[in-house]
Amino acid sequence: MTNVILDGSDMTRAITRIAHEIVERNKGAADVVLLGIPTRGFPIAERIASAIERIEGARPDTGSLDVTLYRDDLRMRPARALEPTSIPAGGVDDRVVILVDDVLFSGRTIRAALDAISDLGRPRAVQLAVMVDRGHRELPIRPDFVGKNLPTSVDEQVRVSVSEVDGTDEVTISGGTR
Amino acid sequence: MSHEATAPETVVLRGARPYGEDQVDIVVRDGVIAELAPPGTGSAAVVVDADGLVALPGLVDLHTHLREPGREDAETVETGSRAAALGGYTAVFAMANTLPVADTAGVVEQVWRLGQEAGLVDVFPVGAVTVGLGGTQLAELGAMAGSAARVRVFSDDGKCVHDAVLMRRALEYVKAFDGVIAQHAQEPRLTEDAQMNEGVLSGVLGLTGWPAVAEESVIARDVLLAHHVGSRLHVCHVSTAGSVDIIRWAKARGIEVTAEVTPHHLLLTEDLVRSYDPVYKVNPPLRTSADVEALWEGLADGTIDVVATDHAPHALEDKDCEWGAAAFGMLGLQTALSVVVQTMLLTGRLDWRGVADRMSVAPARIGRAHGHGAGVQRGATASIVLVDPEATWVVDPEGLASKSRNSPYRGMELPAQVRHVLRAGRITVRDGELAS
Amino acid sequence: MRHLLSAADLDAEAAILVLDTAAELAAVTDRSVKKLPTLRGRTVVNLFFEDSTRTRISFEMAAKRLSADVINFAAKGSSVSKGESLKDTALTLEAMGADAVVIRHHASGAPHRLATAGWIAGAVVNAGDGTHEHPTQALLDAFTLRRHLRGGTGGLDGLRVTIVGDVLHSRVARSNVLLLATLGADVTLVAPPTLLPTGVHEWPCRVSYDIDEALPSSDAVMMLRVQAERMHDAYFPSAREYSRAYGLDRDRLGALPDHAIVMHPGPMNRGMEISAEVADSDRAVMVEQVTNGVSVRMAVLYLLLGGSTGEK
Repeated sequence: MTNVILDGSDMTRAITRIAHEIVERNKGAADVVLLGIPTRGFPIAERIASAIERIEGARPDTGSLDVTLYRDDLRMRPARALEPTSIPAGGVDDRVVILVDDVLFSGRTIRAALDAISDLGRPRAVQLAVMVDRGHRELPIRPDFVGKNLPTSVDEQVRVSVSEVDGTDEVTISGGTR
Repeated sequence: MSHEATAPETVVLRGARPYGEDQVDIVVRDGVIAELAPPGTGSAAVVVDADGLVALPGLVDLHTHLREPGREDAETVETGSRAAALGGYTAVFAMANTLPVADTAGVVEQVWRLGQEAGLVDVFPVGAVTVGLGGTQLAELGAMAGSAARVRVFSDDGKCVHDAVLMRRALEYVKAFDGVIAQHAQEPRLTEDAQMNEGVLSGVLGLTGWPAVAEESVIARDVLLAHHVGSRLHVCHVSTAGSVDIIRWAKARGIEVTAEVTPHHLLLTEDLVRSYDPVYKVNPPLRTSADVEALWEGLADGTIDVVATDHAPHALEDKDCEWGAAAFGMLGLQTALSVVVQTMLLTGRLDWRGVADRMSVAPARIGRAHGHGAGVQRGATASIVLVDPEATWVVDPEGLASKSRNSPYRGMELPAQVRHVLRAGRITVRDGELAS
Repeated sequence: MRHLLSAADLDAEAAILVLDTAAELAAVTDRSVKKLPTLRGRTVVNLFFEDSTRTRISFEMAAKRLSADVINFAAKGSSVSKGESLKDTALTLEAMGADAVVIRHHASGAPHRLATAGWIAGAVVNAGDGTHEHPTQALLDAFTLRRHLRGGTGGLDGLRVTIVGDVLHSRVARSNVLLLATLGADVTLVAPPTLLPTGVHEWPCRVSYDIDEALPSSDAVMMLRVQAERMHDAYFPSAREYSRAYGLDRDRLGALPDHAIVMHPGPMNRGMEISAEVADSDRAVMVEQVTNGVSVRMAVLYLLLGGSTGEK
């Protein structure tokens, strides 16, 4: 059984809200770099950038950050194909890096991303934006910007679909024993 | 240690089928086949249940490496004799490439004596053609022929007598005592560092090739030499289709040439080398399926006279390594008959009389092994092997009697099992085990 | 992928995965921190029975950039006749807990043996065995070709690559023919007939004895090292005659299309198979091949060791 938690327009509203919060928190977006974590974090980062552009008139830099090589669970699965990493030409030094991912769960992906960023340079600050926070953190990590807080049980599956990858925009939850 | 015991006066092999034909009781008295009696009628103190077993003359291996003296870690005359007896043999010819080389009367007499002491098969030493297998100076062929070992087969096996003059002289010289030169046909310059059959596969695997022409060119030269000097020539381990053609041509011309093929060249092909497992490394190398088919045909039509094992035991360290560093050779004594049954008998290329000819009668004749290959008939020396033609078995190198383990047939299921063996009336193998 | 023993182990999908992975990893070379934590705690042994400083260093750098512990085991000097040393060395490495063994050996098939004889449990990477194969060289060549001539993505469909020289003794040629054909390239081998293996006409490539016929329709030409000593075994009459007939000089460089690149696995015999002028020209990509070698070997080590191993 699959339930739709957010539909396309819900997601658009959430992204717009996140964009406003980013601008407010950082007093503009001049120094902001949005780094999406592949696969679905990247298109979400692009959309947030577009929303910020509509607010501020200028589009912040975006990039893609694959964290596979920094993961701590590599040995639990066969070697994975790498996703693209592209860092804006200006780099991350002294900028505000906003990591963007689709779902925040254990926090291990973000832990790996923080390590990856520190190998790329020294940002002034790192913030985290996610479409869904489903809880069950295993590390002391919390998001700065959340599209939807979604209480779940561990065995449920939360799936964020984006039209750039999946052909549709929605957030669904399935499985579990509720 | 001696297994030589007094042979029981009379042994009856009950219900055996000589050459797979009608059942008889084979009555053996004083080492000789006294009569072939109707089944169930023979009586004696010792009766061997041979019901339905095929009786063949004891097998004779014209080409065995027993490694003694020198490499007793790989095989001894004693352990090789056990393997031979269990494989259905009553006589083997032990090749000369020992340490020291069997190139003097002293060494061949030692091997001969060790064979007698082991007492399971007659071990006929092969004498080296040249001193130390060096290919430059004739060994004392006459002295070896005149020794207690009465050597009649001479070979530098492992090396080729490649010097044409030396080969000519050797062919001529042994005529004086009815000897024969058994040539390991391998042109040395064409096979420097050769590792496997030269062909598409050797190119892909990056292993130096052993071209068929290196064998065929030497055989062609040697049959012409034998013709020229009127000598007999024996060609060891023929492995290529071209060699079969040349020998067939030579025989048609009346040249006195005989030839042998190994069991592994009848069954295995070079494709096994893809594994780079040195258990498949052998000289001459495993060839292509087209060569194998030509060998079947040559053996069936008599172009190839003999199946000889080229039993080549090697210590573990000489095989448990990379291909290039490994020694050439495979075990063969305990699997030869089964491989011949599989490739030649079950396919209808030979009947049991044919198998007996290629594995006993012909090799005994070529090697002048008197008292062997006499046939399963009244008045013949009672050297007999009894084979269960219906049995199948899975080869486990650990279970073989050889000191070494380099059998290429590991895990293969083969047909036909040796049940009993008599050598000159004495039981050497009973129920598949060495008789004590 | 459990081992990398032959270029034939890779189908097109697997080969492109290695190249794509290498492309991502190449970016690390441009960073100030040229290191990734991916293989932390893993041990890679470079087991070299033959001298090859450049290949050894390339693997060493690749492993270190992925934070693996690297042990260099130069087994050179062990005699060919004492083959036992490979087994004993393997057992030693196993006892020390090597996760991967990168092996260079003078005997064709030694990596296969190491991978299949049951001596060790770790992954085996063939870094060149006898006259058999050198799959990571072929991968780095494919990577270089793809970057220059196919925009750095996908396969090599229709790319015309001419490989010239001592194919008979070349593990580089064997691996390249297999891999480039798998990736869709049209490979032509050019050599005197004495330096072509028996059965080469069955290989997935074209064969020619005439370099001048092949060059005008080549997108890339790969020159193989030819040892002058081969003339002593009568493979060719003299170094001069070889060089005249099969060497790449300025005139022949001019016969190549303008976009074509010149490759060489190194070390070069300047004046033999390639003139100094050509070796130093801007068409030559040898330095880049070396750089790409590190990325490709990182990709191979990552794909072999970066996930769960031990089971298939």
